[in-house]
Parts: sequence; structure tokens; C-alpha cells
Amino acid sequence: MRQIAIYGKGGIGKSTTTQNLVAGLAEAGKKVLIVGCDPKADSTRLMLHAKAQTTVMDLARDRGGVEELELGEVLMTGFKGVRCTESGGPEPGVGCAGRGVITAINFLEENGAYTPDLDFVFYDVLGDVVCGGFAMPMREKKAQEIYIVTSGEMMAMYAANNICKGIVKYAVSGGIRLGGLICNSRKVDKEYELIAALAAKLGTQLIHFVPRDNIVQRAELKRMTVIEHEPQCAQADEYRTLARKISENKNLVIPTPMTMDELEELLITYGFMDAETETANA
Amino acid sequence: MKSSVKDAREILDEILKAYPDKTRKKREGHLAVKDADSPEDAEGGQPASECSTCAVKSNVKSVPGVMTARGCAYAGSKGVVWGPVRDMVHLSHGPVGCGYYSWSTRRNLAQGKPGVNNFVPFQFTSDFQEKDIVYGGAQKLEDICREIRTLFPEAKGISIQSECPIGLIGDDIEATSKKMKAELGIDVVPVRCEGFRGVSQSLGHHIANDSIRDHVLGKGKLPDPGPYDVAIIGDYNIGGDAWASRKILEELGLRVVAMWSGDGQLETMKLTHAVKLNLIHCYRSMNYIARHMEEEYSIPWLEYNFFGPTKIEASLRSIASRFDGRIQENAEKIIEKYRPSMDAVLNKYRPRLEGRRVMLYVGGLRPRHVIGAYEDLGMKVVGTGYEFAHADDYKRTFPQVGGGTVIYDDVTQFEMDELVKRIRPDLVGSGIKEKYVFQKMGVPFRQMHSWDYSGPYHGYDGFPIFARDMDMAINSPTWNLVKAPF
Repeated sequence: MRQIAIYGKGGIGKSTTTQNLVAGLAEAGKKVLIVGCDPKADSTRLMLHAKAQTTVMDLARDRGGVEELELGEVLMTGFKGVRCTESGGPEPGVGCAGRGVITAINFLEENGAYTPDLDFVFYDVLGDVVCGGFAMPMREKKAQEIYIVTSGEMMAMYAANNICKGIVKYAVSGGIRLGGLICNSRKVDKEYELIAALAAKLGTQLIHFVPRDNIVQRAELKRMTVIEHEPQCAQADEYRTLARKISENKNLVIPTPMTMDELEELLITYGFMDAETETANA
Repeated sequence: MKSSVKDAREILDEILKAYPDKTRKKREGHLAVKDADSPEDAEGGQPASECSTCAVKSNVKSVPGVMTARGCAYAGSKGVVWGPVRDMVHLSHGPVGCGYYSWSTRRNLAQGKPGVNNFVPFQFTSDFQEKDIVYGGAQKLEDICREIRTLFPEAKGISIQSECPIGLIGDDIEATSKKMKAELGIDVVPVRCEGFRGVSQSLGHHIANDSIRDHVLGKGKLPDPGPYDVAIIGDYNIGGDAWASRKILEELGLRVVAMWSGDGQLETMKLTHAVKLNLIHCYRSMNYIARHMEEEYSIPWLEYNFFGPTKIEASLRSIASRFDGRIQENAEKIIEKYRPSMDAVLNKYRPRLEGRRVMLYVGGLRPRHVIGAYEDLGMKVVGTGYEFAHADDYKRTFPQVGGGTVIYDDVTQFEMDELVKRIRPDLVGSGIKEKYVFQKMGVPFRQMHSWDYSGPYHGYDGFPIFARDMDMAINSPTWNLVKAPF
């Protein structure tokens, strides 16, 4: 069983990418569990064709505690037998969502959600790792592999670099490794080169460049992955390729995060800032 | 017998030698020896502020691993300042442990019928569970407030004592309090005394004072203000201390409008801004509200000390000097009236205690306030220190002790053990955590936080009990039976 966590800046497309690539794995016959680690509970929507109604923490709140829950109540089966569960948690601005993630994952472990027949467990984690709770999937005996979803936009790259800092911390204590960057294209100039260079700087690989295609949005509106919604389209093949690359990936490293100055330098090298300067001079 | 300044310095140097450099540097400033023959030693010596040696480092973070006896901000607010207010429900808001383990740990006596109009003996907790941490405790807090209103209709208010998780998860207890106050028609006071704030319980006192200032003070109207209205500030009625003090003040002809907060009531605390003089017993924990009343309502404040006849007499005269001739005459009458009974106490116990040496380590005011009472009995305080004092407490302490007295701030277990081993006092006065350590060393001990389930020690009622208890500890035949096995 390979446990994989997907991190990345908020809004970068982690949940969409995760579910689409999991659909690719499931199609290839892999047994997969998705653990949504985000109070929004939208990590399994495309698998289940509906937003999960019963998250671990929501149900625990109603019943009085996780002790009152049965695994079957919070573990659902979606597209091609993919098992789906969501930690759930509070509305923004109250309580402690990080603690919710910790409690939910402990519950899943103690109640046997991680069965030996699983090939993959995917943790889809809330964008901003604001506290220890959201680092939970990186800790000992949880995910051993991390993939970071990013784009050529500066703040997404900045977030990717920060996540690498977190990985370094847990790489020493828990043995986790970075498997690569997934570029979810925003059609930024020289985006491929930029992210390939970022990956090189971080000591990892650009495992796949997922091009931008509106089919993804259309499928989302239907509450489906692209692979389910339009299996023949080119975008579906992109996700299948991503799934295959991750499945075959042996390139697992402790990343080498950059300083802010180094990151800015990288952006200048790839013309990101040049274009701005030229416009200003014109 | 080691008692000279030089000997005491040597003892401190020896103890400090055991530490690694970094720890020694941190700790050496907290330990001092009172100089002999310094001007402030004499009666009416120079003001403390001009005394260069009257300082030890204080009110800073404890060094990890040294076993400090300090508490936290929650302890300072719930345990000390708010807890004794008898007609309110004090809710320990958070997981169960903070409330349970601070339940009835201070012997704040209170009048009233328990469970009807006196809630001091009870422990109320919101008993946080995982779901309350994850989703926030606002709804639970509302439910609890409503439940309190239903189950205890005589409760005049609720104070919400925040435990650490409340601050960590950012629960808006202020909003809930406001809503519940409007809905239930009783005062609901949010107190942000999360334990991780500050370096000791001291910040909790300050936070609690501020919450009283914002939610209680000035909210009532005294119907018949008079020229002799006073309030007792900072007497927590341990073993009935505040009652013994109140009795003297009333005999003096003063009217005690409010007691803060031993046997305290919310309604009278609301009237305190109408008094003519605030009388402060525990300066450390309640100087904040006294200073506020001074600034806001021009009410002067005066520190007093009702431990032992000498200090009682001095305090009576000093309090009386703030009032007219009638009160001043009363003060002299009271002093005359009680002198025979006090002399009887001294005649009985002084011969048994004369020359005995005491080391103290307590909290807010007792490390200096009880010195006079020991001296009345012919005893000498050879070491004293505070858990959580500030510089102004030490300034008030140095003039009270003789040359060669060791002063220690936030003393570590190692330092205290070594000091007692080397100074060999006849009595140690400290808390429950220290008690058995020293008794096992064969040193008589009295708990000076709780009065060892005895009391009161304040006032004319308290001194005979104080004298008896000290005699009982020191002259117990038990100590003759204790033989070291080596």
C-alpha cells in the first residue's frame, strides 16, 4: 500500500487533480482510498457524484464523539470502487479544523479503513498548512510520498517551496519523500520551463504537466472526473498519463527548498519579471 | 549557626556552583542576601525606591527542568481572584482537568447555602471533548449558561474562566457572554486567562482584575454612601481571614461595603467605586483594580497588615489616620482592648518559640506580611521568597527583614532543598508540594497557603491560632522520635 499526500496552494486544483488521477488508477484496476483532509469536504465529490453528506467529524459531533461511529457510516464507494472518506470539520472562523484532521485520521486507522488490499491511499489536504493538524498526513506511518500541485504563478510556486520546507522537517523524523511537482497549467508564459526549473532547484522532477482544458470544468459541473465524463478526450489521457507516472515513480527525494531570493531569481531567469520590466520601460 | 551576611552569601555561591554556566547566569539574579546595617534596616529608613540592594530579578520565565512551584494565568484568575466570589458560578471553560484539579484547592470560606447562593464549594466545567475543539465550544457554552440559570436561579452571574484550548481555537467567548447576558438577565463575564499566557499566575490576577474593571466595577449604585465606607481588597478569606479582618474594621467604626474577593458578592463588588478608601491586603493580586479606582474614581488605597499584634496596631493607626478623630480614638481603644489577650498569647508561646528561625516560600504577600507575626513570637525569618512577585514586592520586602536574610525569587526545588539543608531553620512555611520534602528531612513545616487546614491567621482572632499552630509544628514531640537511618 502506498500512501500519498497531495499538497499545494489553495485553489490550485488539488482535489480536481487528485480525483482525476485516482480515476486513472482505478480504471487501471488499482484499489484506492481517498481521505479528504479539508473541512470543505469536497475531495470526493467527483467520485461520489455528490458532496459527502457524512464526514467523520460532522457525524462525531452529532453523536457526541468518534467512539460512537462505525467505519461504514463514513466510508463510501464511488467511481470504479474507489473508497472515499472526508474528515470534515468546522465552518471557517470557528474551532480547530487541524484537530479535526488528526481525530479523523486516527479514527480511520483505529477502525481498519486501511485494508491490506489497497494499492493506494491518497490524502487531499487543505491548501494552506496553517498548523500541525494539516501536517498530520506527513507524520510517521502515514503518507510516505508527497506530490505538490503548482502552476507557473508566483504564489503557487512560493507555496510549493514552503511545503518543501515542511517535508524536510518530516523527512528526518518520519521518512517521507517528495515524489514530484504536478503542474496544473494556468497558461503562464514559459510555464513548463519554469516549473521544470523549479523542480530541478527543489531536487525533484516535474512529474507531469497537465494542460489547461475547459473540459475539466464541464465535468466538474456534472460532478464527475474527466475520465468518467468524457473518457475519450485528450484531457482524460493526460490524467491517465499522470496516474501511470505516479504508479511507476521511483524518484523519491528529500527536497532542497530555496530562499526567497533564489525563488525570485528563478522567476527573473524565466522572463517572468523581464516582461513586466519591458512593459514598464516601453 | 549560619546567619551573617557573609555566611549567607557563601551558601548562595555554593548552591549556584552546582549549576551549568547558563543556568547559573539565569538564576543568580533571583537570589540575594539582605545587607546588614543598611539604612533601610533601621526603623523609618530611606524609601525603598532609593535602596540599591533591594532588588532581585523577578517576574520572568522559569527555567525548564527546575521544578518551579508556580501556577498559570488560569490559576491566578479562577483560583485566586474570581473563585472566592460566592454568588457566581465560575465556569472552568475547556477540558475537565484544569477545573477538577483546582477544585477546592484554596480554602476560601464563604457564607450562604451551598448550591443555592454559594457556589464556592462547587466545580463547574464545560468538559471539552474532541468535537468541541474541532467545531468550537460556542454552542456548548450557551447551553451551559442556560442550564446554570435553570438549575441555580439564585446565581447572580457566571464567570467564564478560559483554559488554554479556548485561546488556541479562538472561541469568541466575549460574543457568547454578551448574548447570554442579554438572554438570561445575569452578568456573564468572559475572562481570557488561558494558562499559556504570561510567566506565572501573576498575569492571571491582572487579567481577572481587568475583567472585573470592565464587567463589574461601577455597575451598581450604593443607596446610602457614608464617610466611613471602605472595601477590603485582596483578602481571599483563607480559613476565615477576611471575617477576622472585617470584624476589626467594623469595630473601628468603618463600614465594609465590599469584600474582594473572599466571601465576596457580585452585587457589592459593583458598588466598590462608591467607597472612600480601599484597603489592600494582597497587593500583588489586586493592586491593579485599586490603582484603577484611584485613577478613575479618585479613591485612595492603603496597604495594611493584620498578621500579629505589632502589625495590627500599626495598620489600625495608619487606617485610622485617614479618618476623623472618632475613628482614631476607636483605634486606640481597640488596641488597648486586645492588648491583654495578645499579651497572654505572647506569654504563653514566646518562651517556647523565642529565637527559632523560619524560612518562608509562599505567594503574593505572605513572604513579607507574616514576618511581623513571627517576630512578635520572638522568631526570626532567615529566608523568604515569592513564587510570582514583581520588583515592587521585593522593594516592600527588603525593609521587613534583617541583615543576612536570604531572599529567593521563583526558587527552584534544588535551591530550596539546599538552602534548608545549609541554613537548618526550625520551621519552613510553604505549600503542599514542599511540605513532605521538608518534613522528611526532619524539619517542622507549616503550609502557609492554606494554613494547613487551620486558620484564620488574620486579625486578633487569628493570632492565637497562628501562635498555637507554629508552636505545635516546632515543639511537637514527633521530631524527637525521628532518627536518621544513617
